[in-house]
Amino acid sequence: MSIVELIRLAKANNDFGVLSAGIPYMKTLNIEVHEADGILTVELQADRIHTGNPWLPALHGGVIGGLLETAAIVQLAHDQDTDNLPKPINVTVDYLRSGRIATTWARAQVTKQGRRVANVQASCWQEDPDKPIASLFGHFLLG
Amino acid sequence: MTDHALMQQILAFRGKPENQSPHGNFLGLEIIDIDRGKGVVRIPYRAELAGNATTGVLHGGVITTVLDAACGISVICALEQRATIATLDLRIDYLKPATPGQPVTAAGHCYKVTRNICFVRALAYHLDPEDPIANCAATFMITSPQTGEARAERVSS
Repeated sequence: MSIVELIRLAKANNDFGVLSAGIPYMKTLNIEVHEADGILTVELQADRIHTGNPWLPALHGGVIGGLLETAAIVQLAHDQDTDNLPKPINVTVDYLRSGRIATTWARAQVTKQGRRVANVQASCWQEDPDKPIASLFGHFLLG
Repeated sequence: MTDHALMQQILAFRGKPENQSPHGNFLGLEIIDIDRGKGVVRIPYRAELAGNATTGVLHGGVITTVLDAACGISVICALEQRATIATLDLRIDYLKPATPGQPVTAAGHCYKVTRNICFVRALAYHLDPEDPIANCAATFMITSPQTGEARAERVSS
């Protein structure tokens, strides 16, 4: 099934978990999507393949960036009217705390959605949403 | 220590898979070249890392990882002594989609070292740095004490 068909299916059934079938990176890194009241949360399962610094050990900055970007993309796919994946134009990731090798969640909020470009903020945490380990803001070209 | 001896030492240590980040190993990340304040890394293309199964274009997270790795190794190669570092922030401009099937190279340059903070830029590309996939500006913090200070003083004196 193409990504366009998957997004249509996700919207029709309000089940955005199916998107990972069209985003191989999510399957490979073990990222799932959960929906509650129109807000999507992405969940990264703990796995040692996500380790950056093996001596601490800590999550790799690239994995955290990838998780935040995934949160932004799936939330935009949910919010936008069109049925293709948005594309990142630029992202800034701030690393706030060292991430442990543990279940990690991220959630995005669309700050402003224009006709072609959306501004998005996202936050990523481990046990406490009020203690984020990283945050992202960025622009995405709508699908 | 001469620059050449220091670079050889860093390469001998970082070149071993057990001293690489497990995530880097998982992606097949390789250090291609290092020099004072500079590092070049590469990852092979894998369809399982695409951000869109229909197009096969690599996910932004993969580009983020390769740029973060290039920046990190550049910082290590800019510091006089072995140090632990942490990414403070990373800004990435996605200039064009990565071409499916092609490896991605990232070249980083740590152009300023201060007492606590290192400033870095990096470019991701396939073969030609003049035709980049992504541009990155990043800052790193030196988390082990004194290392950056010693380096900053050496540079200013």
